[in-house]
Amino acid sequence: MNDKIVEVNELTRNFGEFAAVDNITFEVTKGEIFGFLGANGAGKTTAMRILCGLLAPSSGTATVCGYDVASQSEQIKLNIGYMSQKFSLFNDLSVWDNISFYAGIYRMSTAQIKQAGHQILQELELGKYKHRLVSSLPLGWKQKLAFAIAIIHKPQLVFLDEPTGGVDPITRRAFWDMIYRAAAENITVFVTTHYLDEAEYCDRISIMVKGKIGAIGTPQELKEQFRVQSIYDVILALARGEEQ
Amino acid sequence: MQPFISATNISKRYGTTQALDNVSFEVGKDEIVGFIGADGAGKSTLFEIMTTLLIPDAGEGYINGMSIDRDYQKIRSCIGFMPGRFSLYQDLSVEENLRFYANIFGSSIQENYAMIEGIYTLLKPFGKRKAGALSGGMKQKLALCCALIHKPLALFLDEPTTGVDAVSRTEFWDNLIQIRDSGIPIVVSTPYMDEALRCDRVAMIHEGKIMDMDTPKEIIKAYKGCLLGIFTGERYLAKAIVYRLAGIESVYTFGDSVHINLPTCHPQIMKQIADSLKQGLSAEFQLRELNPSFEDCFLQLMGQAANER
Repeated sequence: MNDKIVEVNELTRNFGEFAAVDNITFEVTKGEIFGFLGANGAGKTTAMRILCGLLAPSSGTATVCGYDVASQSEQIKLNIGYMSQKFSLFNDLSVWDNISFYAGIYRMSTAQIKQAGHQILQELELGKYKHRLVSSLPLGWKQKLAFAIAIIHKPQLVFLDEPTGGVDPITRRAFWDMIYRAAAENITVFVTTHYLDEAEYCDRISIMVKGKIGAIGTPQELKEQFRVQSIYDVILALARGEEQ
Repeated sequence: MQPFISATNISKRYGTTQALDNVSFEVGKDEIVGFIGADGAGKSTLFEIMTTLLIPDAGEGYINGMSIDRDYQKIRSCIGFMPGRFSLYQDLSVEENLRFYANIFGSSIQENYAMIEGIYTLLKPFGKRKAGALSGGMKQKLALCCALIHKPLALFLDEPTTGVDAVSRTEFWDNLIQIRDSGIPIVVSTPYMDEALRCDRVAMIHEGKIMDMDTPKEIIKAYKGCLLGIFTGERYLAKAIVYRLAGIESVYTFGDSVHINLPTCHPQIMKQIADSLKQGLSAEFQLRELNPSFEDCFLQLMGQAANER
């Protein structure tokens, strides 16, 4: 049995002369929390868009949940969840309308939507706010709701793009509790973050530098490999290596 | 000495939400003052009021003797403001944006080039690129240049580093320190606790109130009780184990460790905790007393605020 949920092989994406993703190869194992780190402009978003089936690669191959990103993107979309800091929920719809809208897109039945939706309201203690517009919720609540909705259809894999950007330290921790619960339910988590304490919460991390994978391994392995005490120092070492 | 920027009892309400509740503070000419708090704490509302873009329900504010109420036109022409949302022209190039901002303030890039030289050198290779196509860190650097190009008397930066990677954030703060040293006071907000340490003074803002305002050093000194760190790969298990023990004020994960706050670190209590961990964890761990970080202090203050309600 193949226990790899993401397999990327010599993947490249060019924009004109510029290789945003430059010949990267890596794998993500089922059930893992995989941290996808890198500086702004390193190519994380481009790579993620390819893996989500939203952008075609220029060369190389990648499979997600066993489907090829170039030829089977529709099957991929049905098997993954996605949330980002920038776009996740519709502000002008109520909490409940957002839940049922997304669940509908994932082709859940009315009965399934009702059951899963009520479970979300209960878990997040949002029952009272069911008919409130999402725009009126504090950011931390929105992010937790967006995450719950991103996995409402029990996908095999969820992509989280800077889910905790700008969120307060207590809510960030509550968010990571949710990530761990999702992982315990066998949902693989693929997450990007600029908070480096969160890198430590991942089973494995990769660090992208200028379109390439600069380093990959468990947080502990990377610290040992670079002989430093923190992930920040690993990233700094990679950035300095690039400058030289 | 007169403070350069002052706010007295500023309040603002949106419907039933009290966005700002009686906020007062002062900023000296040689200071970087940071407003640290979560999204929705009231930081942006405060920045918009101080930059005359929003009228408070109550309270007064002054910048170099000018009132935010009566002298708003004068203030607008002599401060720099970088709003939280990227608001440069995405379809204009880096250079075009900079020239545009210099021109509307009646200045030119050449006139004040020295102001931005340090930061702009990094942007120059991308001068012809459209602002919308820049990476997050570069966008923030350009926005800072545009806020500086007219040589403002004071700078207001609302979450300039949200979404910016760790190394770029460090560089960005190096720039801010230089700007302060050139004689421009800076009021800045951030959700990153580590940035607090680079401010001269910090205001911790939560639900529209300033919970505490002091130098980072004093805030850390005021941490109540004792802080222990458990270093283990099994953080969630460790957290669950200590959660059940008596006399623990709080338990939070902190990257590669778990932080516990206790009234005191009596050797007997430490032994008790170590024994419980030995029983429950399957692998080796380390337990030791730690110096609190700024984030520990913020969590403690937020916890207190929640208990007082």
